[in-house]
Amino acid sequence: MSRIREAFKKEKAFIAFVTGGDPDLETSYELVKAMAANGADLIEIGIPFSDPIAEGPVIQEADLRALSAGTTTDALFDLVVRLRKDIDIPLIFMTYMNPIYVYGTERFLKRCEEVGIDGIIVPDVPFEEKAELAGSCKENGVELISMIAPTSDERIATIAKEAEGFIYCVSSMGVTGVRSEIKTDIRSMIEKVKAVTDVPCAVGFGISTPEQAEKMATLSDGAIVGSAIVKLIAKYGRESVPYVADYVKNMKAGVKKAD
Amino acid sequence: METGRYGEYGGQYVPETLMNAVHELEESYEHYKKDPGFVQELDDLMKNYAGRPSLLYYAEKMTKDLGGAKIYLKREDLNHTGSHKINNVLGQVLLAKKMGKTRVIAETGAGQHGVATATAAALMGMECEIFMGKEDTERQALNVFRMELLGAKVHPVTTGTMTLKDAVNEAMREWTSRVSDTLYVLGSVMGPHPFPMIVRDFQSVISKESKQQILEAEGKLPDAVVACVGGGSNAMGSFYEYIEDKEVRLIGCEAAGLGVDNPKNAATIANGSMGIFHGMKSLFCQNEYGQIAPVYSISAGLDYPGIGPEHAWLNETGRATYVPVTDEEAVQAFEYLSKTEGIIPAIESAHAIAHVMKMAGSMEKDQIIIVTVSGRGDKDVAAIARYRGVEIYE
Repeated sequence: MSRIREAFKKEKAFIAFVTGGDPDLETSYELVKAMAANGADLIEIGIPFSDPIAEGPVIQEADLRALSAGTTTDALFDLVVRLRKDIDIPLIFMTYMNPIYVYGTERFLKRCEEVGIDGIIVPDVPFEEKAELAGSCKENGVELISMIAPTSDERIATIAKEAEGFIYCVSSMGVTGVRSEIKTDIRSMIEKVKAVTDVPCAVGFGISTPEQAEKMATLSDGAIVGSAIVKLIAKYGRESVPYVADYVKNMKAGVKKAD
Repeated sequence: METGRYGEYGGQYVPETLMNAVHELEESYEHYKKDPGFVQELDDLMKNYAGRPSLLYYAEKMTKDLGGAKIYLKREDLNHTGSHKINNVLGQVLLAKKMGKTRVIAETGAGQHGVATATAAALMGMECEIFMGKEDTERQALNVFRMELLGAKVHPVTTGTMTLKDAVNEAMREWTSRVSDTLYVLGSVMGPHPFPMIVRDFQSVISKESKQQILEAEGKLPDAVVACVGGGSNAMGSFYEYIEDKEVRLIGCEAAGLGVDNPKNAATIANGSMGIFHGMKSLFCQNEYGQIAPVYSISAGLDYPGIGPEHAWLNETGRATYVPVTDEEAVQAFEYLSKTEGIIPAIESAHAIAHVMKMAGSMEKDQIIIVTVSGRGDKDVAAIARYRGVEIYE
C-alpha cells in the first residue's frame, strides 16, 4: 500500500497546504515540520506558478511572494530532501502543468521519486489529458491525484475508477479560498466515488474552521486546507510558524471528531 | 488529426470544474453549425448588423509608392464596432443564447473584443462582464467607457502584469465559479478546445470573402496573405481558406516591442518555447522553469505571451511564416497608411502593414498581397500622439 493510502488508514486525515518558498524557503522548511508535528497527516507543497488559474487571491499572492523571493522548482526539490531527514508523512507537490512540462515531465517525476515526493496534484490536467503525466508518474512510483468537482456528475465514476492515492473532492465552484458556507451536496459526490472504488476521498476548497473540517471529514475521509494557512503566513511572515502550528492542531482536532 | 489537436498543439488543459462546460460548448457548436436556422440567423447578423462582406480595397497609392506587388487591404476595420472581433462574437453570443445561457463574460486587451462582446450582448439581451488588465484600462480608457455605455460591467484586473494574459486568467476563474448560466466568449484562437476551432471557424469568413473578392478583381489567388498575430484570430481567419492553396504565402506579424532581442517584446514564435498554459499546448514566452514571461508591446491587443495552437502548428509545418515587427516600425506604418491611403489602422494591424512595406517593393508588379486591416485606429490616436511626444489625453 502506498504511503498516501496508509495515511488514511487509521483515521480521518487532515491535509495541510503551504506554498513552497513563501515567504522564503527556510520558513517553508520550519512550517512543514511544524505542521507534521501538530497533526497534519499529509502535506501539500505548492510549487509557485506565475499564473495559477485555479487559485483565489490568497494563494495567487503567495505564489507571487515565493517567486519574487527567487523560489525555483530545483530549490523546492532541495527543500524536500532536507524535510525527508525529519518527516515520514506523505508529501505531495501541487502545481500547474507548465512548470512540470518545461522542467521536463520525465525529469520532474524522476526527481520527485528521488527526493521522496509521494504524489502530485495538477489542477489544469483533467482526466482527458492525464496521459500527459500518467506514464511518467507510474514509472517513477509517484501517485497522480485526481480531482472531482461539483460539476463532475457522471464523470465522477469514470475518474474514480482510475484514481490512485486519494481523490481530491473540490467542495465548491470557483477558485481556492475561504468560504463561509459550503453548499454543494458533498455526500452524493462521495457516494458516487464509493460506488466504484475504495480510494479515499478528501474534501478541499473553502474550509477554514475546525467545525467545517469536522463536517467535511464526516462526509468523507479527510479535509484539505490551503488558503486559511496561507493567510496566516501572509500575516505573520517569518514569524508564522507557531501560529500555523496552533491552527493545524485545532483543525486536526476538528477532523478527529469526525472519526 | 485528433479532435482539438493541431499536431501536438492544442488540447483541453482546464480544471475539472470546467470540463463539462467545454464539452457542452463543443456539442452545442457541432449541433448548431449544421442547423440551417442558426446558420441563417448568423448570416443575417453578419450582413445586416456587422456590415459584411467587408471591402477588399486596392491600395493603389501605396502600391505605386512601394513600387512592387499590388496591395489589397481586407477592410475589417469597416465592420460594426471597428474590428474583426465582431465576426467571432456574433457567432459565440448567438450560440450562447441557443444554449440557454443568459450571461457572457470575456477578456479583452485593447478593448476591441470587449467592445464587440458588449455590443453583441446588448443586441441579444445578455448580461455581460468584461475582464481587462488595469494597465490596459488606462491605455484604452475610452474603450472602457464604450463597454459601459453598451451595458457591460468592466472589471479592471490588478493581478500579475495587469494586461491581457491576466485578463484571461480572471475570466477563466470567473467562468469556474459560474458555468450554469454563463459562457466565456473567448476572443482569440486560443484556450482549450473547442475555442481555437470555434473562433477560427467564425473568423474564416475573412478569407472566404477575400478569396472570392480577389478572384473577381484579379482572376487569380494572391501571392501572399499578411496579418498581425497576438493570440492569432484575425490571422487565422485571414489564412484559413488559403491553407490548401500552397502557392499562397501566409505571413503572420508578431509584436516585437522594443526589439526581438530586447526583453520588452511579445514575439512568441521568435522567442517562445513549448508549454501548456491557458488550456492549450502551444508556444509561450517563458523562463527555464515554465514561469510565464511578462511581455510587452505598444499594442495592447498583441501584448500576449502565447499564440493559438493552430498557428504553432502552421509554423512548425512551415505552411505559414511569422515575422517580428517592432513598436517603431508599427508606428511608422500607422502614420504611413494614414497619410498614403487615408486609412487609420489599429496599431495591431499596423504591424502587418509594416511588414508589407518591407516586402512589397522586392516583389513583381503582377504579384498580389492581401493584408488584413483587422481594426480601425481611432482608439490608438492618443497613444500614438504620446509615443511621438505630443501630450494628448483622452
